[in-house]
Amino acid sequence: MNEEFVTLTIDDQEVKAKKGSTILQAAKQAGIDIPTLCFLKEINEVGDCRMCIVEVEGRRGFATSCIQKVEEGMVVHTNTQNVLEARHVILDLIISNHAKDCLTCTRSGNCELQALATKFNISKVEFEGTRMKHQIDDLSPSIVRDFNKCILCRRCVAVCKNVQKIGAIDCINRGFDSCISTVGDHSLNDVNCTFCGQCIEACPTGALHEKETIDEVWVKLKDPDSYVIVQTAPAVRVALGEEFDMSIGTNVTGKMVTALKRLGFNKVFDTNTGADFTIMEEANEFIQRFTNNEHLPMITSCSPGWVKYIEMNEPELLPHLSTCKSPHQMFGALLKTYYAKKEGIDPNKIYVVSVMPCIAKKFERQREEMKNDELCDVDNVITTRELSRMIKQANIEFTKLEDSEFDQPMGEATGAGAIFGTTGGVMEAALRTAQDTLTGEDLEKINFEEVRGGEAIKKATVKIAGKEIKVVATSGLANAKQILEEIKTGKADYQFVEIMACPGGCVMGGGQPIKSAKIRSEVDVRKLRADGLYSIDEKSHIRKSHQNPVVKKIYDEFLEKPGSHIAEKLLHTTYQKREKYSIET
Amino acid sequence: MKTIQELHQIRERKRKELDLRVNTKSDTREKHILVCQGTGCTSSKSPEILETFKRLIKENGIENVRVIKTGCFGLCAKGPIVIIRPEDTFYAMVKPEDCEEIIKTHIMEGNQVERLLAKDIDGTKVHSLDDLNFYKKQKRIALKNCGMIDPEQIDEYIAFDGYLALEKVVTEMSQDEVIEEIKKSGIRGRGGAGFPTGKKWELTKASEGEQKYVVCNADEGDPGAFMDRSILEGDPHSVLEAMEIAGYCIGANKGYIYVRAEYPIAVKRLQIAIDQAREYGILGKNIFDTNFDFDIEIRLGAGAFVCGEETALLESIEGKRGQPRVKPPYPATAGLWGKPTLINNVETYANIAQIILKGSEWYSSIGTEHSKGTKVFALGGNVNNIGLVEVPMGTTLREIVYDIGGGIPNGRDFKAAQTGGPSGGCIPKEHLDTPIDYESLKEIGSMMGSGGLIVMDDTKCMVSLAKFYLEFTVSESCGKCTPCRIGTKRMHEILEKLCNGEGTELDIYKLEKLAMNIQKSSICGLGQSAPNPVISTLKYFKDEFKEHAIDKNCRALECKAMSKITIREDKCKGCGLCQKSCPVNAIEGEAREKRVINQEKCIKCGTCLASCPFKAIGN
Repeated sequence: MNEEFVTLTIDDQEVKAKKGSTILQAAKQAGIDIPTLCFLKEINEVGDCRMCIVEVEGRRGFATSCIQKVEEGMVVHTNTQNVLEARHVILDLIISNHAKDCLTCTRSGNCELQALATKFNISKVEFEGTRMKHQIDDLSPSIVRDFNKCILCRRCVAVCKNVQKIGAIDCINRGFDSCISTVGDHSLNDVNCTFCGQCIEACPTGALHEKETIDEVWVKLKDPDSYVIVQTAPAVRVALGEEFDMSIGTNVTGKMVTALKRLGFNKVFDTNTGADFTIMEEANEFIQRFTNNEHLPMITSCSPGWVKYIEMNEPELLPHLSTCKSPHQMFGALLKTYYAKKEGIDPNKIYVVSVMPCIAKKFERQREEMKNDELCDVDNVITTRELSRMIKQANIEFTKLEDSEFDQPMGEATGAGAIFGTTGGVMEAALRTAQDTLTGEDLEKINFEEVRGGEAIKKATVKIAGKEIKVVATSGLANAKQILEEIKTGKADYQFVEIMACPGGCVMGGGQPIKSAKIRSEVDVRKLRADGLYSIDEKSHIRKSHQNPVVKKIYDEFLEKPGSHIAEKLLHTTYQKREKYSIET
Repeated sequence: MKTIQELHQIRERKRKELDLRVNTKSDTREKHILVCQGTGCTSSKSPEILETFKRLIKENGIENVRVIKTGCFGLCAKGPIVIIRPEDTFYAMVKPEDCEEIIKTHIMEGNQVERLLAKDIDGTKVHSLDDLNFYKKQKRIALKNCGMIDPEQIDEYIAFDGYLALEKVVTEMSQDEVIEEIKKSGIRGRGGAGFPTGKKWELTKASEGEQKYVVCNADEGDPGAFMDRSILEGDPHSVLEAMEIAGYCIGANKGYIYVRAEYPIAVKRLQIAIDQAREYGILGKNIFDTNFDFDIEIRLGAGAFVCGEETALLESIEGKRGQPRVKPPYPATAGLWGKPTLINNVETYANIAQIILKGSEWYSSIGTEHSKGTKVFALGGNVNNIGLVEVPMGTTLREIVYDIGGGIPNGRDFKAAQTGGPSGGCIPKEHLDTPIDYESLKEIGSMMGSGGLIVMDDTKCMVSLAKFYLEFTVSESCGKCTPCRIGTKRMHEILEKLCNGEGTELDIYKLEKLAMNIQKSSICGLGQSAPNPVISTLKYFKDEFKEHAIDKNCRALECKAMSKITIREDKCKGCGLCQKSCPVNAIEGEAREKRVINQEKCIKCGTCLASCPFKAIGN
C-alpha cells in the first residue's frame, strides 16, 4: 500500500484518502456531503459549530469531521439517527438565538444558515428561548456589525487575526453572553480595523455587511438638478454576474454598462481610464525616485485598506508610499474639473458614484485629502453587491441584457487599467509604461508573468534600459506586514512594491459577491476572477496606459505632463499618522 | 545546594525532632501546638490564634513548646482547630481569646481544657484526634502530611521521607521501571475521568519531541470542592516531588502548575516550596548529582471553570483565551505549545511518592478491582461533619455519610448525594450502599469527579438542584461550541419554567432531548458532562419533575412559586405564635381564634412552619 494513503470506511463505502486529510475531505472525495457552518477552508478549522459531527466506531462521543484526520481502518458514519438528531438540535439552537428577519436581510438567498435551515427542513424552532440582544454598530463609514445575526462561528475573527494579522475583533464574554467584539467593546470605527472587509466575505450570515448607501444614489438619480456620473472599477465586471447566477469570473462589462444606463445614470464611465492616469503618475513618480534614489522602495497606494493600515501601524514608513490617489479618486477629480469645464456642467451639480469591489473605498472617499476646492472627488461609493441590489430593485433582468459600451470620452481604457483589479496588476501596468518611458521605445514585452498568480509574495527582477529593477507584488495585510518588516530592518533590496489589502487583490475585495464556504473550498475564486481580467487585457487593442488616446489628450489639453503642478493638485494626495485606537479613556 | 548526604542528615535529625508529631508516647519534653492555617480556619481567625499562642509563650517564658502552622486537618466543621502533640489533644472551634486558657491549663498545668475538646456526633467529648469517628474509617495517603507538617518548612517534609522517592527514582530506577511501577499500582487520574496514570505517562514518554512538559492541574473548580487546595496548602512539596518524578519519566525538564488566583494561600506556599527546593538543589540543574534537570513555574488562572479542562488549561498557560481544543490530538502528543505534555491533577501527584516508596503492591492492595488507592472527598451539604475525608476506594456512600460524616443534621432523612459537582450526578437513597469507585459510580449515572460530595436531605427539591448546577455551567461555559453555549442556557430556561410552575410535560421531553444531544456533541468535558445533573435527577426523581410540570407542586417546598402554605383548621389551636413569627403580617385572625394565611401577602418563607407547636401548618 502506498504510504501516503489510508483506507477507511465512510457510510459503508471504502474510501482511499490522502494521509493527513480530514474526515470531511475524505467524505467529499467519496461524494458524501457533511454539513458545515463554522468551517472555512484553511482559515477557520476549529470545530466550534458542531454541524459537521460524525460517528467514528470505537470513539466516545462524536468526531469533528472538519478537523479530525483520517486513520487507517477508521469506520465513519455520517448519517446515523444519532448524528442527524444531534445536528438538527444544534441547528435549532443556533436559529433560536438568531434574529430570523430573513425577509429584510441583505444576505437572504446567500446565507449559509438559511441554506442549512432549508436543507434541514426547519419549520419551527423547537428550543426557543432568550435571545442575545445587541446594539448594531454602524458608526464606521464601511462596515455594519449586527450581532443579532451572529452565530459565533468566528470565521471573521480567524480571517482578521490569522489572514490579515490585524486582530481587530475577537470573542468577548463567556457562555451565552459570548460575542465578537473589539477591544473594550468599542465601535469598529474607533479601533485598529482597516475596513478591508474580509470579515464580511467570511461571514456566513448577515451579521456583517457593508454600510449600504444606495438610497442616496436613488435620490440623486431622481433629482433633475443632479448630473450623476457612475464609474466602475475593473474587478466589478468579472464578479457582478455572480450575483445573477452567472459563473464566477464571467466578464459582464457590456451588460453592466447597459444596466447602469437603464438605472438612469447620466454618464457611465470606466475607472480603468482612471487607472491609466494612475499609471502615468505613478510610473513618473517611480522613475523620479529611482533616478534620485529617494524613498525606495516605493509602495503603491491604490488600496485604501492598506493605506489605513500603514497610517495606523507604521507611520514612519509613509514616505515610501506613492503620493498617487487611487484610480477612482483621480478620475473623480478629473470629472469635476476637466470634464465639467469641457461639457459646461456646474461641478457642484455633478454627483460621482464609484462602483467598487471594496468597502474601504467608502472610507477613502470621505477623507479630507480627497477634496478639491471643497468638492469631494467622489460623492458615493457602492460595492459590487450594492450595484446588484440596485439592478434587482429596478427589476432589470440582468442576464438578458444586451451589451453596450462605456460613454465617451472618459470611457476609453487600456488593458493595463483592467488588470489593476488583481494582485500584481498595478505593478505590471506600471512596468509596461516605465519600460517605454525609460527606453523611449514601444517595447514588445507586455506580459510580466513574474508578478501574476496567487502566491503570497511575488518577487521579480526586471531589466529596463540596462538597469535592474527589483519589484515585489503582494496582497493581504499579513504579507504586507512582512514586507514592511523587511523595509524597516533594511533587508529590502527592491525598489518597487505593490501592496493590496485583500488577499488576491481587488477581485477578492470586501465589496465583492460573497461566496459560501463550500464554494470557496471547491474552486479558486481569485483565479477565476483574475483570469477574467487578464482575458480583458489580452483582448484590448491598447494595453499600455500611456498609449491611451484619452489620457494623451487630457495631458495635452489640461494636465500638461505627469507630475505637473496641476497633476499634483488633482491626482496626488498626502497621508497622516493615525491612532490605532481613537478611544477616550 | 545540598548534597545527598546532607539531605540524609537533615532527614535523620529532623525526623527525631518531629517524632512527637506521630508518636503519642514519644520520649520528649517538647510540646507542639499545631494550628490549622488552611483557608477555612484562616477565615475564622486562625492566624490570630497562631500569633496569640506565640506571644503567650514568649510572655510566660515557656520553654520546649513550639507553635506550628499546618495545613488542613480535614474536619473543617470544627474549625479553627488546634492540636497539641504528642498527646494528640483536639481542640475545636477555638477563638483567639481561648488561647490564654489553653496555655495556662493545658501547657502550664497539664490539664485538658474540657470545654474546648471536640465532641463527636453523639455528644461525647473526644480527648484525642484518633478517637473521633470522623477519622476512624479514613486512610490518609494523599493527605498524609496535611495537618502534620509545617508546609512552609522543606525540612519537615524531608523528615517524613520527603524527596526520598525522587532520589530513588533518579539515582536507581530507569524511566520504564518507574512507569511500570505506576502502572502496576493501578492509580487512575483523580481529576475526574479516571484515566490510568501510568498509561498516560507511558504515552507521553513515547511521544517524540525534544521538548516536553509536565503540567499540574490545580484549577479546582467544582463548587464545594477543596481537596486540591488543601493538599497544596498543607503539603506542597509532595506535588513538586511527583512532578519531578513525572518529568524524569517522560523526559521533560520543565513543569507548570496552573493554580487559580483565588487560592492565595496555596499559591504562596507553593512559591515558598519551589524557592526552598531550588535552594536545596532539588529543583534546578543536575538534581541529585545526575544529569536530570527540572524546574517548575506557577501560572495563575483567573478562575474560569473551563480552564480545569486540560486543553483549555493549556491554552490559558499559553496566554490565550481559555477555550478547549478538539481532541485528538491529546496533550500527550500535542500539548503545551504543541509539545508532548503530561497533565495530572494535584491529588494524583500527591500519591506518587508514596507509591514509589511503599511499592505498587502495597498501593494496589488498597481499593477495589479497578479503582486502586484512596480518594479524597470534600464532604459538604446537609451532613454533620463537613470537611475533607480520604477513604479507600470501595468505601460505601453510607459509610462516608453516616460513619465519617456523622449523618444528617436536624434528624432529617437522606435524599441524595451529588458527586462530581456540576459534571456529576446524584445518587439516591437506594444506592447508599454502592461501593465508591470509578465504575460503580458511572453505572449508577454519576461520576467520581474531582471529589466534591454534597449531601442533601429531604428538604431539597431535585428540580431546583438540577437548575442550580445548570446555572453554574451556563455561567461557566466558555461559549466556544453551540451545544454548550446555547444548549445549556435552554436547559436552564426549561428548568426555571418548571420551578416557576410554568412547565409542561413537553418541557421534560425537551429537557431530556437537549441533555442527550449536548452530552454527545459538545467539544469538551465541560459541555459533555453539563447535562449530567439533569440526566441523573431525571433518572431517579422523574416523579418530582412530573409533579412540577403537571400538578404544579414542589414536594420539598423549595420552589416558592408553587408552594402554598396553609393552616389546617383541625389542628390549629389559635395560639397565635405563627402570627407573631410572620415577617410580612400575612397571617390573619383574632386572639384565640383559628388563624388563616392571606395567600396574597405570603412570601412562602416558611418561618411559620417552624413556629407552630402543633404541626398545623403545611403545604
